Amino acid sequence: MIKVQGLTKRYARTLAVDHISFEVTKGQIVGFLGPNGAGKTTTMRILTCFLPPSEGTATVAGFDVLEQPMEVKKRIGYLPETPPVYQEMEVQEYLTFVGRLKGMSGASLAKRVTEVAERCAVADVRAKLIGKLSKGYRQRVGLAQAIIHNPDVLILDEPTAGLDPKQIIETRDLIRSLAGDHTIILSTHILPEVEQTCEQVLIINKGKLVATDSVHNLQARARGAESVVLEVEGRSGVIDSQTIQHRLETVNGVSRVVLKDSRDNRSVFEVESLKDRFIRGDLARAIVESGWNLNELRPSAMSLEEVFLQLTGAEKTSDEKIDAPVPAETVAQGEIQ
Amino acid sequence: MRNVWVICRKELNSYFVSPVAYLLLTMFAIIFGFFFWNAVQYFNAASLQSQMSGQAMPMSVNEYVIRPLLSNISVVGLFFIPMISMRLFAEEKRMGTIELLATSPIHDVEIIIGKWLAALMLYGVMLLFSAVNFAFLFRYGNPDWKPLAIGYLGLLLQAGGLLAIGTFISTLTKNQIIAGAATFGVCLLLWVLEWPAGSDTATWAKVLAYMSVITHFDSFSKGVLDTKDAVFYISLIFVGLFLTSRSMESLRWRS
Repeated sequence: MIKVQGLTKRYARTLAVDHISFEVTKGQIVGFLGPNGAGKTTTMRILTCFLPPSEGTATVAGFDVLEQPMEVKKRIGYLPETPPVYQEMEVQEYLTFVGRLKGMSGASLAKRVTEVAERCAVADVRAKLIGKLSKGYRQRVGLAQAIIHNPDVLILDEPTAGLDPKQIIETRDLIRSLAGDHTIILSTHILPEVEQTCEQVLIINKGKLVATDSVHNLQARARGAESVVLEVEGRSGVIDSQTIQHRLETVNGVSRVVLKDSRDNRSVFEVESLKDRFIRGDLARAIVESGWNLNELRPSAMSLEEVFLQLTGAEKTSDEKIDAPVPAETVAQGEIQ
Repeated sequence: MRNVWVICRKELNSYFVSPVAYLLLTMFAIIFGFFFWNAVQYFNAASLQSQMSGQAMPMSVNEYVIRPLLSNISVVGLFFIPMISMRLFAEEKRMGTIELLATSPIHDVEIIIGKWLAALMLYGVMLLFSAVNFAFLFRYGNPDWKPLAIGYLGLLLQAGGLLAIGTFISTLTKNQIIAGAATFGVCLLLWVLEWPAGSDTATWAKVLAYMSVITHFDSFSKGVLDTKDAVFYISLIFVGLFLTSRSMESLRWRS
């Protein structure tokens, strides 16, 4: 559905996007992951025909963004980082206007406006001025305008930025429900968002595509082995964190124990397992059987930062590591066909 | 054509849901009302004088009331035009809605003409307020309507040219105030260019005067439809809109 080859965008002095190539098939949700300023927005703007590429080609549904922009624009719904809403318009009026812009009219447009308003949960504010709406509602109005003409491809630039947790969950659910009918590319710098919404991930850093992979493989590559954080408390008086550490190290499958924090009679450890070993049950039993309290035990979340460092190498060697070949096996699975 | 109308309707709508349109219309109605009252006073005084002196001077409502009032509007318009055109693109750029327009299946030209047309329509509505005053002349006097119609045509053409320039300037910035101030500066300059010709007959003064938008309004205010002047305004419209389209395109390459 989307095919990008050697896409490059140069601004006056900076290289925003550097020869990236990828493909997205119909009906997929693809996450475009990268830190701020990595070139996500630029790539999306090229795909939506807002910016022309400096080099390379991009086609959407078989139409080139430079050669046939009108055909591309008809098939794309785009939600920029800030929803492109007119503050002085009412929601319904705005959606009708966007529908007309996209070439719809009459009764079918009116019907469609009602439909998308309900689908994006903005039906209850249809008669309100957009300027008076909360950020969450505005974002959903933005989403509604992106899907109003039922486009083949949806391009969403940080659709959950600035929302509160409840709204984030609702928006993600909404995006997931849109998959299937639409091919979706969404950008984000939040890793869990990709884990929860997307099937495929494109990781971009400093304008270069660092990895193209499925979410599952990415997690496996980033994590390798299980890693848990646990807090242990002595039941009678102060206990020696050294003792606990030694006990933990003897648990089957544990590769490494790091003391993170020790206060009064509590100690926090980070424990890593050997590859493909599940250690949580054994850890819990070992602690309880030793007569200590287990206050907390949770898998340590891998932050995007860490994934990045692992994928791109440490800061100082990042330039070499970016080009380092990705293991052949993961490429084969990850390549988006 | 349909897309032009979609954009135009949206622009008109946003003029009239915000205070902009009402403020402009009210200000214009007050100012023009004052001009009208003044012109009629003067006309009455002059006709009284000509009766008292015993010599019947030819007194024409067209010549003594309508013509100076039309010239007044053409100058006052210079002050109103920046206020109409300044938000057209600056606001879209500031709010990010330009991305919606630029990624919709609609040509730049359609966006530009739609916006310009809406601005011209608002100016037209403004002129209607002056027509209310003129209606009194027709009720109590017997002026010729044709010169007035030609005068209005001239006003619309002149505003069309200046609004096209204003639209262009509005694409250059995100800031409405800057767009408005710059347009105002250009409008003023295009007015005062004719001044040297008042005291100097050199070629350069004539060239400058030719470039002034006010010079070309003379014939219209007299009720004469001069092709030369109409062509000047129409060219101005084309130049302004052409520059706007180039600027919009460069926006994509630069941004």
